[in-house]
Amino acid sequence: MEFSYEVKDSYAEVKADGRLNMVSAPKLREFVTDVIAGGSSRIVVNLENTAFMDSSGLGALIGCLKAARQAGGDLRIAGVQPQVKMVLELTSMDRVLTAYASAEEAFSND
Amino acid sequence: MTRFWTRLVVVLTVILGLNYVAWRWASSLNWDAWWIAVPLVVAETYSLIDVMLFGMTVWQLKIRKGAPAPPHDATVDVFITTYNEDLDMVMTTALAAQKIRHPHSTWILDDGARPELRALAEDHGLGYVTRSEDWTANVPRHAKAGNLNNALMITHGEFLLILDADQIPEPDILEKTLGYFNNRRVALVQTPQYFSNVPAHDPLGSQAPLFYGPIQQGKDGWNAAFFCGSNAILRREALMQLGLVGYVKETEKSIRRALTASRSAIRHARKSADMDTPLVAEVLDAVEAATREAQEQLTAGQPLSEITYRVRRRVDAAVQILVQADMSALQTDLEEIAAMELAHVGEAGVPVVTDDAVQRMSARDWSPLGALESVQAVLDALNVERTDEAQPIMPLATISVTEDMATAMRMHAMGWESVYHHEILAYGLAPEDLKTMLTQRLRWAQGTIQVLLRENPLVQKGLKISQRLMYFATMWTYLSGYAAIIYFAAPIIYLLLGVLPVASLSWDFFLRFIPFMVANQLLFAVAGRGIPTWRGQQYSLALFPTWIKACSTAARNVWFGRPLGFAVTPKARQTGGPSWSLIRPQIVVSVLLAVAAVVGIIRLATGLAEPLGTLVNVAWVIFDLVVMSILVRAVLYKGYEPAGDAGAGERKADGV
Repeated sequence: MEFSYEVKDSYAEVKADGRLNMVSAPKLREFVTDVIAGGSSRIVVNLENTAFMDSSGLGALIGCLKAARQAGGDLRIAGVQPQVKMVLELTSMDRVLTAYASAEEAFSND
Repeated sequence: MTRFWTRLVVVLTVILGLNYVAWRWASSLNWDAWWIAVPLVVAETYSLIDVMLFGMTVWQLKIRKGAPAPPHDATVDVFITTYNEDLDMVMTTALAAQKIRHPHSTWILDDGARPELRALAEDHGLGYVTRSEDWTANVPRHAKAGNLNNALMITHGEFLLILDADQIPEPDILEKTLGYFNNRRVALVQTPQYFSNVPAHDPLGSQAPLFYGPIQQGKDGWNAAFFCGSNAILRREALMQLGLVGYVKETEKSIRRALTASRSAIRHARKSADMDTPLVAEVLDAVEAATREAQEQLTAGQPLSEITYRVRRRVDAAVQILVQADMSALQTDLEEIAAMELAHVGEAGVPVVTDDAVQRMSARDWSPLGALESVQAVLDALNVERTDEAQPIMPLATISVTEDMATAMRMHAMGWESVYHHEILAYGLAPEDLKTMLTQRLRWAQGTIQVLLRENPLVQKGLKISQRLMYFATMWTYLSGYAAIIYFAAPIIYLLLGVLPVASLSWDFFLRFIPFMVANQLLFAVAGRGIPTWRGQQYSLALFPTWIKACSTAARNVWFGRPLGFAVTPKARQTGGPSWSLIRPQIVVSVLLAVAAVVGIIRLATGLAEPLGTLVNVAWVIFDLVVMSILVRAVLYKGYEPAGDAGAGERKADGV
């Protein structure tokens, strides 16, 4: 699992490459918390290179969403792969999070 | 072979039971004494249903041959939950857990946040977890479920072995159970809870051989063996999935609630005096439009995160406009005041604020935002952060003080499977005094009834009919307190007043009743395969005040939000002399039964009562008194004293 981020015009893009599972989930939460602390509260988590995600990974995303909201921003996800999409539907998390096709689109509507 | 005989006796018992109870309803009721006749037949029907559910349970008795070899790379966290238990006890368990052979991390989950325990854990290289800072004073702590949920966010093992602070595990507990998880659908493996500090005659009915035996094995056969809080291994993925599904459900519910509440909040705000200010009205219009739009988006099935984000943004923007307008209004006012003061200065040379100006300033609300406070409060609830809880994801159910059963039921409803592994792999400590034991039983019963009232298994989507009945069977047994009262009342009423709830005590009665009773006892004997079940039968009747209290307090809690009066079961022995006051209702009932028997015999001697009725009812009284007699031994019980080497050998020497 590898995390990276890049600050764009109106948001910060966080990339989570590899397998987002129970081992890497706490690390994602830490990483995003640091990005928010660095001053970017509008976060897009780009999952195009996230081959696998489990419920712990999704749980970490919710933790990140909470942190972003509390900092006055928002967290969105983009580029979900088929397995991730399946997990989103299985847990009905697609009722909460929209999966955007790309990171650029995530905040394009506001 | 056992299964064949068990099923045969089940069929026999059910037929004989239906034969008896149907006859009771159809042609035996003494309608002149309906006030006892009807309650008695209802109680008997209750008992028949109880026996039928038991029969259904043991019908599918599953005797497992042991688990396949465990996956060697499975990662495991061992959680030892503690709140206020003796540190020696916690450390004994923790060090035994550390010696479990399969690779794992051992964690002490200390809800008491005791610095001494932290130091001990560090000294021995054990993990130590207390609640994170998210658990502020403003959110519910959820007792043990909260403790576990907190630890789940910090650790990352694939499987979790959960142990109460007193449950000393065997080194092979994981080797013997992890293999079941090779089946990817298995979410839970429960092992028995056995207590090493209980003498053979078990005065407090601590061991539950019928439950951790035929009942769990039968439930296992129906894929409904459930989690009992300790000595169980759980799959993290299943728990996290429950947490996520619960999060989505709760979030959607609270958003709907907030949107509904916002309408009435806006209405109330409109009625306030500030409506004279056009800007407030405009802001309220904007809020109303935003919430209405949110409602439409919700109905259209749009994602909750975006709905809440948009509505908050719109409202925030509107409030900002309001504040700005307010500030400029204030500015204008100040300028007006300044202008008036200037006028005064011009006249008298002394700057004074005129009454006129003060009045004008106070007539106007200084903060138009104040009118919107209630609206603001509702809007604050419009979020996806689940601000009313310490953490958005709550994997272990928090709807009951017995989080274990509720969690297992939700797992089964999501399609996960469970396993009951019938082998003692941990040795615990049972309460050693009646008071503690009663507290513990009350807690279990309250929790079970809470689950029944909050998530009635009979109507849970995702559960098979058989699974629904298996959960319901356990809940049904806790209603026995009401039946017990009727069973005590009926002989007392006959012996004192001569009122018989049955039309006549003829052959018709005995021919139907006695075979049913015999089959019933036979069923327990066959299903129990020689395990002692009498103690359990005694306590299920003798603890009737506890069961009734549990039902009434749980109902008050669920329906009216009253506290349960819940206490953590103390693991240490309570000191002091025998406390007869704990069983006052049972003493009263026993005295009444004894007096009734004496009066009944006198009535018989004086020709006021008939011999058969008296005989049956005196026999009934004697049975009740024998059942109740266990409480005398329980009150007088002074705690466990190991009988030399024999007692010490009971806990296997595993170096702890």
